[in-house]
Amino acid sequence: MVDPISAKIRFEDVSYAYGKDTVLRNIKLGIPSNHITVLFGPAGSGKSTLLRLINRLNDLADDTSLTGRVLLDDEDIYAAGTDVAALRRRVGMVFALPLPLPGTIRYNVLYGPTLGSIQKQADLDSLLVQSLQRAALWDEVKDRLDSPANRLSGGQQQRLCIARSLAQQPEVLLLDEPTSGLDPISTAKVEESLMELERECTIVIVPHSVQQGARLSDYAAFLLMGELVEQGPDKQLFTAPKDKRTEDYVTGRFG
Amino acid sequence: MSRQAIQRLGFAVLTIVAVLVVAPIFLVVAVVVFRGLQGISWEFLTAMPRDGMKAGGIFPAIVGTLLLTSGTALVAVPMGLGGAIYLSEYAHDNWLTRAVRLALVNLAGIPSIVYGLFGLGLFVLFLRLGTSVVAGSLTLAMMTIPVIISTAEEALRAVPTEFRTVNLSLGGSRWQGIRRIVLPQALPGITTGIILGLLRAAGETAPILFTVAAFYMPQLPRSPLDQTMALPYHLYVISTQVPNMPGTIQYGTALVLLALVLSMNILASVIRTYFRRRRQW
Ligand SMILES: Nc1ncnc2c1ncn2[C@@H]1O[C@H](COP(=O)(O)OP(=O)(O)OP(=O)(O)O)[C@@H](O)[C@H]1O
Ligand SMILES: [Mg+2]
Repeated sequence: MVDPISAKIRFEDVSYAYGKDTVLRNIKLGIPSNHITVLFGPAGSGKSTLLRLINRLNDLADDTSLTGRVLLDDEDIYAAGTDVAALRRRVGMVFALPLPLPGTIRYNVLYGPTLGSIQKQADLDSLLVQSLQRAALWDEVKDRLDSPANRLSGGQQQRLCIARSLAQQPEVLLLDEPTSGLDPISTAKVEESLMELERECTIVIVPHSVQQGARLSDYAAFLLMGELVEQGPDKQLFTAPKDKRTEDYVTGRFG
Repeated sequence: MSRQAIQRLGFAVLTIVAVLVVAPIFLVVAVVVFRGLQGISWEFLTAMPRDGMKAGGIFPAIVGTLLLTSGTALVAVPMGLGGAIYLSEYAHDNWLTRAVRLALVNLAGIPSIVYGLFGLGLFVLFLRLGTSVVAGSLTLAMMTIPVIISTAEEALRAVPTEFRTVNLSLGGSRWQGIRRIVLPQALPGITTGIILGLLRAAGETAPILFTVAAFYMPQLPRSPLDQTMALPYHLYVISTQVPNMPGTIQYGTALVLLALVLSMNILASVIRTYFRRRRQW
């Protein structure tokens, strides 16, 4: 268990249900600051749900119930009066499929900043360059910032989506199987940029394979049918799992 | 018969059916254009009617129809668009929204004369607007709003949900997502719906019959509370109510109405292609 003091995000006995269908049970999890935390488990185990609790994107689902507390910097993000939009600016999210918005590359990256307070052109320009650089996309698009975003390759589009999140200068970046639609080379590029980013940003990723999880993990948590089976630092869960179920899963003997 | 022969026969039958469907339209348009052109002149378009409408022009009817259509747009576009945005973006699925949807479907099927009578009761008599441009526009708007709501809602729903999710995940409000992503994407569909709805309003006689249309009024309305002539009603009047009406005037009026409607239709296509080209997708 991560020392609760250094945890950026903490789940305190969180249970979550869609209607009567409880999909997360008594989750106790501390996500360390400025590291990559890998959240893995079989299909339907509740990984996406857990991730979407952190930026309250699950508010969109009807008829759900949450018990326990989710803390960001020791503050309950579900407390009454929480500014959800502000929370989502602090906690960025990248989805499984690249989802560029209709418009140019520049428009996409600056979508978030122009929603809010930042209006000065100089600030926007530097944010544009900075975000694309941090997402390792700058060199490939610097000559066509004003061309439509959907003309990029799938891998470039996904890094554009990362850049779009980064333009908000988020403290936390959530990624839900961000490379599931990408070829190995694009995947490697995305992984590289994530490893660069962890210095300045807390990253929580649902990997699209156990191998990817093992490559990226600074801290890992294994979910099984809504239950957090095991968590541990570094690659521990992948090399020396303590629980039999984790071992079965990472060695591919699951099911 | 060989399979090829059957196929050829099938095509032939379908072609004949297609021609049968389209032929009357061409025939009508051809007759109206051919006979109408003889009646059209600068005077016909810009002068007041004279001699019990048997001479002079149809200027007040043209202006009246344009006024009524604009008045309808003024009311029906914001309300229809607002309703569509509410239904597609904000409303939850509950008994209220289901009832609203049911009402919309049924409103689209109500005969226009019923709208006319309703307008007479509500706007002309109860709200004391009298037979006036306002009452007529409101009545036509009632008829147009359901059309705009349904088409606009469909266009809004065609925009992928994911765009809304992305907007929210970046800290945008629902409304910011609608204004910056969803509406621009849906605009071509929305515009088409608006224009089609207004087209129908421009060509209707029944709703304006008791609410605004003047039988013979050789002057322009001076205020929104004035009556006005209008093309569809004028056409009805000169075709059925006035004996010995010269055919050139009847067909000329029909041609003007047709041209007005067609040009709005063309405008709709132009707007659609323009948006499609500007949107770089
Ligand atoms: N909006 C929803 N409404 C109802 N049930 C849902 C909803 N979203 C997810 N669920 C259910 O919650 C459970 C967990 O789903 P979740 O998407 O979090 O799993 P996951 O671990 O991300 O799976 P995958 O690996 O397939 O993405 C599943 O049983 C799923 O059917
Ligand atoms: Mg998932």
